[in-house]
Amino acid sequence: MLNELDKQLLQTIADMPDGEAKGAVNIRKDSGCAARMSTENIEITSKQDKPGIDITIKPGTKNEMCHIPVIITESGLTETVYNDFYIGPDCDVTIIAGCGIHNDGGAESRHDGVHTFHIGRGSRVKYVEKHYASGSGKGGRVMNPETIAYLDEGAFLQMDTAQIKGIDSTKRMTKIVCGAGAEVVVTERLQTHGEQWAESEMEIVLDGAGSKGRVISRSVAQDSSRQVFFPRMTGNAECFGHVQCDSIIMDNANIRSVPAIEANSVDAQLIHEAAIGRIAGDQLLKLETLGLTEEEAQERILKGFLA
Amino acid sequence: MLELKNITYSVSAEGTESDILRGIDLTVADGSLLVLTGPNGGGKTTLAKIIMGLVTPTGGQLIWNGTDITGLGITERARLGISYGFQQPPRFKGIRVRDLLSIASGKKLLPRAEACSYLTQVGLCARDYIDREVDASLSGGEVKRIEIATILARQSGLMIFDEPEAGIDLWSFARLTETFEELHGKRETTMIIISHQERIISLADEIAVIDGGVIARRGSAQEMLPTLLGVAVSPCPVISERGEQNVK
Repeated sequence: MLNELDKQLLQTIADMPDGEAKGAVNIRKDSGCAARMSTENIEITSKQDKPGIDITIKPGTKNEMCHIPVIITESGLTETVYNDFYIGPDCDVTIIAGCGIHNDGGAESRHDGVHTFHIGRGSRVKYVEKHYASGSGKGGRVMNPETIAYLDEGAFLQMDTAQIKGIDSTKRMTKIVCGAGAEVVVTERLQTHGEQWAESEMEIVLDGAGSKGRVISRSVAQDSSRQVFFPRMTGNAECFGHVQCDSIIMDNANIRSVPAIEANSVDAQLIHEAAIGRIAGDQLLKLETLGLTEEEAQERILKGFLA
Repeated sequence: MLELKNITYSVSAEGTESDILRGIDLTVADGSLLVLTGPNGGGKTTLAKIIMGLVTPTGGQLIWNGTDITGLGITERARLGISYGFQQPPRFKGIRVRDLLSIASGKKLLPRAEACSYLTQVGLCARDYIDREVDASLSGGEVKRIEIATILARQSGLMIFDEPEAGIDLWSFARLTETFEELHGKRETTMIIISHQERIISLADEIAVIDGGVIARRGSAQEMLPTLLGVAVSPCPVISERGEQNVK
């Protein structure tokens, strides 16, 4: 049974009102299974050798959704979970993951989630994950998400990943390998505050001819939080890759961005843009002339930037 | 009514004091259109920013509808009905045109039709722009027109436009001039426009030439237009004093 807190977390991380959603569903709560629903085309089964699930999507499945959120409300619980997605050819599906931790205790709660996608030829997948933590305890709220995706010929992956707030420490690892004509668009949003620490390592390998990769990373570091980014794009064939990293630094925060682009083919075209800076003064002034206070203007600018 | 009383503004750099504004006295009647014009560097934008609260004057007093606003901040002035269209508006990553118009209107989400009407008034096809981000993908002229649309959306009692024509193509400029004319025709808002364009200047009830930090000349459009069109920029004082042949 889901309580009110569970439902709030599920709404925040997976847009599931009352903890419910259409399509295939698997809710993992405190290392157990709180709900599971397979559909005719999307089958969810437990792994036998380690914690986690297999999600198998039949070829040709169109316009279906799969929600697989994870919530932890037990202080001191730590886990490593492996979820594998086998998506057949010619599908068009949306997968909503996400993790929410609520820690009112003194012990560290931690979720390490490893998601591996095998996306079939010509399939289109939208993958959305939001990470959020709350609670009044002094125990840490830690998440270390790892996403690995292999795109077959002509496949398309849109990955929207966001760390909303409340997570004390995160180490994110993303690796996407694109086959011929495959395309990936990764949008990363990350916000840290207090004494939080975030590290994001991303590797996009454009392996096949005609593959495309685009990474849009936006982050905001407030208070004394620290962030470090390692975005890497490798072109092994005729391909196009674009990495764009923008960060807003505030207060006493620290942000480091260490980009790398690597071409192993004369036909690889790779671009990297990175910028770190404070909120522009003229942006604040403009919104103040529209009637917002300085604090409201700042909040609105950050909201838009991380939208 | 807006009253400016002996507004001064000075800056000091490397121990030298420069007077940007040297005692501006000005009254702008309700529903009227005042055009500020004059040579570059004369102090027009500084004066406009002082009215909005973006620049703090060194001395003087500002009265808006009987309230002394000299000590008020930007937000307070905005909420009292003063608005200012930047000469070079900022861009925002992640904020869409409709968001900006919504903020300007004070509504959570401005109805689509209303947002479209403001964009149409500045010569933009609403369908193409309403969901676009106000970021670097827009040209200078597009951002400028969106900026003017935000001022229209505010529907404030005092609208200040700082060189609205800058960066705008001829066709859009014609539409913009019509908008100013319509707005002024209703006499529901007081307008101050900084401009060098004859078509805008000719809409004014009153024209003030700001030069060297003072109001050099002031009068009705009928009186002022012929003199403005016939006079070139003040000659270089160095050339005047020494004679052109002596200047290397």
